[in-house]
Amino acid sequence: MMDEEVLVQLRNIVGKNRVLTRGNELYTYSFDATPIVQAQPDVVVMPGDTREVAEILKLAHVNQIPVIPRGSGTNLAGGTVPVEGGIVLNMTRFNKILEIDEKNLTATVGPGVITAEFHKAVEECGFFYPPDPGSMRISTIGGNVAQCAGGMRGLKYGVTKDYVMGLEYVLPTGQILRCGGKNYKDVAGYDLTRLLVGSEGTLAVITEITLKLLPRPETKRTLVVFCHQMVDAARIVERTIAEKIIPATMEFLDQATMQVVDDFSHLGLPRNVAAMLLLEQDGSEEQVVRDVDRIAEIAREEGVADVQLAKTAEEGAKLMAARRSALAALSRLRPTTILEDATVPRSQLAQMVEAIIQISAKHQVQICTFGHAGDGNLHPTCMTDERNHEEIKRVEEAFREIFATALALGGTITGEHGVGMAKMAYLPQRVGEGGIELMQAIKQAFDPHGIMNPGKVVAKAARSRVVVRNA
Amino acid sequence: MIDVLKKFDMDELLNCMHCGFCLPACPTFQQTGLETYSPRGRIALMKGVAESKLPIDEEFEHNMYACLGCRACETACPAGVKYGELIETAREVVEDTKKAAGRQSFGRRIVLKRLFMHPRRMKLTGRALWALQASGLQELASKTGLVQILPREMTEMQVAVDRVASPADRKKRTRVVKAEQRAPVARKVGLFTGCIMDVMFYETNQATARLLSKAGCDVVFVDQQQCCGALHAHSGEKADAKVLAKQNIEAFEALDLDVIVNNAGGCGAALKEYHHWLKDDPVWADRARNFVAKVRDISELLTTLPLQVTKTLNARVTYQDSCHLAHGQGVRKQPRDLIRSIPGVEYIEMENADGCCGSAGIYNITNFDMSMRVLDDKMNHVADAKASIVVTANPGCLLQMKKGIIRAGLEGRMEAVHIVDLLDRLV
Ligand SMILES: Cc1cc2nc3c(=O)[nH]c(=O)nc-3n(C[C@H](O)[C@H](O)[C@H](O)COP(=O)(O)OP(=O)(O)OC[C@H]3O[C@@H](n4cnc5c(N)ncnc54)[C@H](O)[C@@H]3O)c2cc1C
Ligand code: SF4
Ligand code: SF4
Repeated sequence: MMDEEVLVQLRNIVGKNRVLTRGNELYTYSFDATPIVQAQPDVVVMPGDTREVAEILKLAHVNQIPVIPRGSGTNLAGGTVPVEGGIVLNMTRFNKILEIDEKNLTATVGPGVITAEFHKAVEECGFFYPPDPGSMRISTIGGNVAQCAGGMRGLKYGVTKDYVMGLEYVLPTGQILRCGGKNYKDVAGYDLTRLLVGSEGTLAVITEITLKLLPRPETKRTLVVFCHQMVDAARIVERTIAEKIIPATMEFLDQATMQVVDDFSHLGLPRNVAAMLLLEQDGSEEQVVRDVDRIAEIAREEGVADVQLAKTAEEGAKLMAARRSALAALSRLRPTTILEDATVPRSQLAQMVEAIIQISAKHQVQICTFGHAGDGNLHPTCMTDERNHEEIKRVEEAFREIFATALALGGTITGEHGVGMAKMAYLPQRVGEGGIELMQAIKQAFDPHGIMNPGKVVAKAARSRVVVRNA
Repeated sequence: MIDVLKKFDMDELLNCMHCGFCLPACPTFQQTGLETYSPRGRIALMKGVAESKLPIDEEFEHNMYACLGCRACETACPAGVKYGELIETAREVVEDTKKAAGRQSFGRRIVLKRLFMHPRRMKLTGRALWALQASGLQELASKTGLVQILPREMTEMQVAVDRVASPADRKKRTRVVKAEQRAPVARKVGLFTGCIMDVMFYETNQATARLLSKAGCDVVFVDQQQCCGALHAHSGEKADAKVLAKQNIEAFEALDLDVIVNNAGGCGAALKEYHHWLKDDPVWADRARNFVAKVRDISELLTTLPLQVTKTLNARVTYQDSCHLAHGQGVRKQPRDLIRSIPGVEYIEMENADGCCGSAGIYNITNFDMSMRVLDDKMNHVADAKASIVVTANPGCLLQMKKGIIRAGLEGRMEAVHIVDLLDRLV
């Protein structure tokens, strides 16, 4: 329970309608898109500007109250679950695009701007902002930055960190600071901008973001390849890149995922092929046509079932939208859907997919896999039932092996969803004990009282993976 | 208490994976930015209640009734969560709990029980309304402030109500309207007149019959028909809804019809759900299925008939989807095709056409303020379309759009009209 005096002060800072304390209100902020994990905050606060954020943090700092920044709560790592209670700081009112600077090719936005709306706004000015997480119609730019979200264009264009140029942020003490800015070159001191990107709300609250824009590509084309075998898909990816063609997107769906996606989007996908590759190339008309033709040729040489070129832009957009719905569509199969985020160097893709198939068979759990084939970022997704505790144990065991395999293949435990609370137990294996200690020291420097999103990423006592804390 | 909770379909609740894809589609979330006003949040609350982690209290009740029931979230949801059924159950659970605790019911329920369960009373209300308007009392009342005796919400909405048909007009209705011409496949069509529809939009029902007759159908006004039960089902009064459903099935099956047509998206969606409502009833399940198989919205039916629109209409026209027609019944294309088939019409699709207008059954009475916020946003899109006619397919939406035109100061520049009335002017 929160001290009544603190609530009074919070109401003074943001106004009484922006402080939520009722039972239902707290309950609806006790979860995010992550399955199974849940814990209630003591209060939800909706600040409207940086000064309010600073005041709230000062108050929290003095009273040592946890503060959990929150965008749209679409993360899949339990990043916004208030495991130690405290203040959920809802940042969605920071939803203004403050500037699109056509001379410097930058845009400055509030963290609450919805990713897809940002896309729309910059595209209307002839610009392009590549990071496109599958959740972009709902996720906020702030959430993207705090998670370093990736997306389907990661192969050619990189991920969120490659576009964040400057930040305004508030330290847990209430101090308002800035780092980076509009300079394309800037090596003054440590790169705090890069450090804050992907910090998952554990270091500071981001209140303003300056992003890099690109000119909008002239054209784009979409190609679908249906493969008899999983390895064919992997080989097409390898050969394409070996020929120095870098497509904007190379997505991959296995058979089970395709079937479910098709049930949802009625695209008429074939039911009997093992995998589907979805490719998109953008750039100048001539280049795009040449690249797409060559990829189709490579695919045919690999003896695939079928190669189809999207005839219109709408058809291409529809296919991409279908890919984006993959996770949610999979959730139709069983009550609980657990999506993971194992990533391997691209050359190990086929081996990793094979391993996932074997592991799921061994533990008798249903795992479908899809993901960003071009950058080795796979999303093995398990359809299960959280009420079946015995099965959940097997699921955890299977994922433990999947991560071990990914690490053994030179991969990592998360490519884009972050560590949050879901992946904390695996982090030492990835960065080493020395790495953890250094990260904890950085955390200590930013947040001496440990109030920023406690229990996440580098928390001292790592919890076991599944935390079911009844609200 | 325990029995009440068993009503929730736990599998369906678990189907929601809190991905949030439904958030941008939800008008109440768009207005508030609060999870308690989002589909994802409401489903979480239902789950909380079903697992006995949350009480069924006034806050829960408020949150369940703050939902428009527009089902835009259902269209957006990739996991296929049947939100419409969930919210009905949630409201049923609220009402059952209140009854069990002997707590006082709402105005909402009194209206439902006293009025909508009794078509005769609806007719009486219609006559009273007519008398009020005919005698100029309505005008007098608004001038003198006499309307203040009505709740503010009703006063606000009544400005949008057109003159209703007189009792003398009503008497002229013949029970059967014969086909004017023989269609290749002659159809015997039963007209579901609807309760509010037949009081406030009596002429639209007459127009529906005229259109169908011109398109080669024999049209029957079925006596004994009742309110469709949609408002009851949406307000947690499922038992009453089922009673009405059975009475309707009985009334229509007696006549051996080919088609049962309706011109109110909300009623139509309910009629098409009778087999779900009665699925566990051994006597009625089959009869309900047969009934549902014949139910069509007027646009669905007209697009399959040889109806010739002859007159030209030189106007820019836009279409506001009825939620229960679009999201509930999946009928989107047919009304647009009908409008486009009118010679001279310039059809313009407005942005967010299938976003709710805020009418939502009796929501614009029970949740007036939120309803008006949703409506004002809608009117921005309507105004942007720069059309002179906005076509609707449901009486509630029609009333709401009329109200919206007044609120947006578009009177004289734009009219809202039911699709049937528009076509009736032009054939
Ligand atoms: C269906 C689906 C598909 C997805 N696809 C992808 C994908 O393709 N690629 C990908 O990378 N991710 C994906 N995600 C994960 C998720 O959408 C992204 O991580 C997204 O960036 C989260 O944004 P959000 O606004 O919802 O943030 P939230 O979930 O609200 O927050 C995420 C983290 O950021 C912190 N945070 C939020 N705002 C701030 C702020 N202003 N200051 C400091 N910290 C803050 C939070 O504390 C939390 O740790 C997907 C999720 C879903 C449900
Ligand atoms: S879109 Fe469907 S699954 Fe996702 S949160 Fe909404 S109701 Fe749940
Ligand atoms: S039915 Fe409409 S108002 Fe209700 S939750 Fe769904 S989208 Fe929102």
